[in-house]
Amino acid sequence: MRALKVAALMLLAVGCAKEGANNSSTASSTASSGGSVDLTGAGATFPYPIYSKWFSDYAKQTGIKINYQSIGSGGGIRQVSEQTVDFGASDGPMSDEELAKAKGGPILHVPTVLGADVITYNLPGVTAALKFTPDLIAGIFMGRVTKWNDSRITSLNPGVSLPNQDILVVHRSDGSGTTYIFTDYLDKVSPAWHASVGKGKEVKWPVGLGGKGNEGVAGQIKQTPGAIGYVELAYAKQNNLPVAAVRNKAGQYVAASVPAVTAAAAGVAESLPANTDYRISIVNARGADSYPISSFTWILVYQHQTDAVKGKKLVDFLNWALTEGEKVAPTLDYAPLPTAMAANVRARLTTIDLAGAK
Amino acid sequence: MTSLPLDWLQSDRRRLRVDQSAIGDRVYEFLTALCALVVPALVVAIAVAIFAAAWPAFARLGLSIVTTSDWDVRGGHFGAAPALFGTLVSSAVALIIATPLAIGVAIFLSEFSPSWLRQPVGFLVDLLAAIPSVVYGLWGIFVLIPMLRQQVMPFLRDGLHLGATPFFSGPAYGPSMLAAGLILAVMALPYISAVSREVLMAVPRSQREAALALGATRWETIRDAVVPYAKSGIIGGIMLGLGRALGETMAVTMVIGNRPEISASLFAPGYTMASLIANEFSEATNDLHVSALMAVGAVLFVITLIVNAVARWLVWRVSRVRAR
Repeated sequence: MRALKVAALMLLAVGCAKEGANNSSTASSTASSGGSVDLTGAGATFPYPIYSKWFSDYAKQTGIKINYQSIGSGGGIRQVSEQTVDFGASDGPMSDEELAKAKGGPILHVPTVLGADVITYNLPGVTAALKFTPDLIAGIFMGRVTKWNDSRITSLNPGVSLPNQDILVVHRSDGSGTTYIFTDYLDKVSPAWHASVGKGKEVKWPVGLGGKGNEGVAGQIKQTPGAIGYVELAYAKQNNLPVAAVRNKAGQYVAASVPAVTAAAAGVAESLPANTDYRISIVNARGADSYPISSFTWILVYQHQTDAVKGKKLVDFLNWALTEGEKVAPTLDYAPLPTAMAANVRARLTTIDLAGAK
Repeated sequence: MTSLPLDWLQSDRRRLRVDQSAIGDRVYEFLTALCALVVPALVVAIAVAIFAAAWPAFARLGLSIVTTSDWDVRGGHFGAAPALFGTLVSSAVALIIATPLAIGVAIFLSEFSPSWLRQPVGFLVDLLAAIPSVVYGLWGIFVLIPMLRQQVMPFLRDGLHLGATPFFSGPAYGPSMLAAGLILAVMALPYISAVSREVLMAVPRSQREAALALGATRWETIRDAVVPYAKSGIIGGIMLGLGRALGETMAVTMVIGNRPEISASLFAPGYTMASLIANEFSEATNDLHVSALMAVGAVLFVITLIVNAVARWLVWRVSRVRAR
């Protein structure tokens, strides 16, 4: 009898534990608001704010409802490969291997907006924006520059009094497009980084603490004097974090801003071949005004649409996004594509075949 | 003439009622049996799915998943030993802190507390279990960690000179195994205390009265008559708290520092298996990576199974010893 009671209590409490665990699971929001849904998509969390604005604006104008689940780029790629959604979204381009595995044939990468990473830090008493070179950033994130008053930092920032304090590196612990952009940049500018760490949505960090999400990284930096890390431009702007100016390929120190990111894309767009698949990296872009740590984010669609009606709706939406949608991007701190490039991407949308048969 | 149909009607109704209730019984039996079978079936289905998804990683990497410490997705190395270590250590720290506290609360509420205080305090302790873990995580980031970094860690290291031991040495960043253990302690506490309180309250009055009658003090009564009687239930409660601590994800991820390294110091950042999965799963595209994360999940599953089995065994052994 008592054993029974104990068992019952344990069951009860386990039930509570389960419930608690459910509460804690990261909420991935589904944006459908009743009624029939015309298109479904899944993928990257980084562009979710702008995408959900696009979907709601588009639904108001055309009545076409799009349901998007921000489950992460990995999930987006998996789901579009399995054809369980009409489109995917990713912060990193799909690899050739991943493309080969997609069940519905060739996939087009449609760049939609640009994101950027900023370097933010916590140095009480330092009000001027610090300047960093690519080598210095790599040195700090590899643990080779460990003090704020290291000559490699002070020589770039004359007139700023930097403390004799340990540098605490904070990076993302969760797989993220933000980390992909940052490591893609370091991979390109630093041979040492390329050899020992490389690029990816999650890498083996030589030093530092991992924070979950932009808020985890920013929270840790805000609380720890001497900390440095990277967060998304939009997040940094909305939270008024101090950000560093980074030396770009042209030798200019540029602070991250929406126009500086668009300028980076424009710098790369000039040299694109006509038949590009847009799986391109724009880190360390040329151009005096270009901010070097930035990237596209992509919507992934099949070249051969099996459902002509849905296919048309999807193409219509993408056309709208690349014209009307781009205009509202800066209001949410996303950089729009350069105009000429948006036109080229739209031209590429015409290659999508709506006939149905493969 | 008239009585016959009435008789017939009545008997029919009676028969009908009996038949109805028999059908009702059978339906009810069937439904409850279904409920009883669905839950174990679900557990088996989940286990099968996890192990099937984990199989490619086990086949390719074998036990190196739990024995090596190099987690490098790009290089194809998936050694989760630091996460396994972190899961066990953070849970152990949590239990070391939570168990005495929770049992103290339970003993106070069941033995000493005036009845007007018992309800509200018990309710508030239970309420700890209702707080979503992400809220615990935020509290950890904004309250617990600054406090640890600025006061608690320097005090432990320099004030108490514990810095000389390997367990409290090194720089105090804040996010650490200690922070994870503390937050898990708060989260596990209500489970341990609620179960302990219930079993202590269920100890028969005669047990206490007999001890008091023999001249025992209140403390002796509790120590020698009440707690031993409730021991199996209390152990069950502790194991339940341990289960909670082992699987907790969100709050731990937010405070542990997410650094896959094994360090003796509780001040050093660490990693847990649940955090590793939560951090990397949504953005994992490489098949081996996904499978390796599933393998970590499978290991966690096995560990919780072992904990539950040990709990059952302890409860069984303790109650058998007492029965003799």
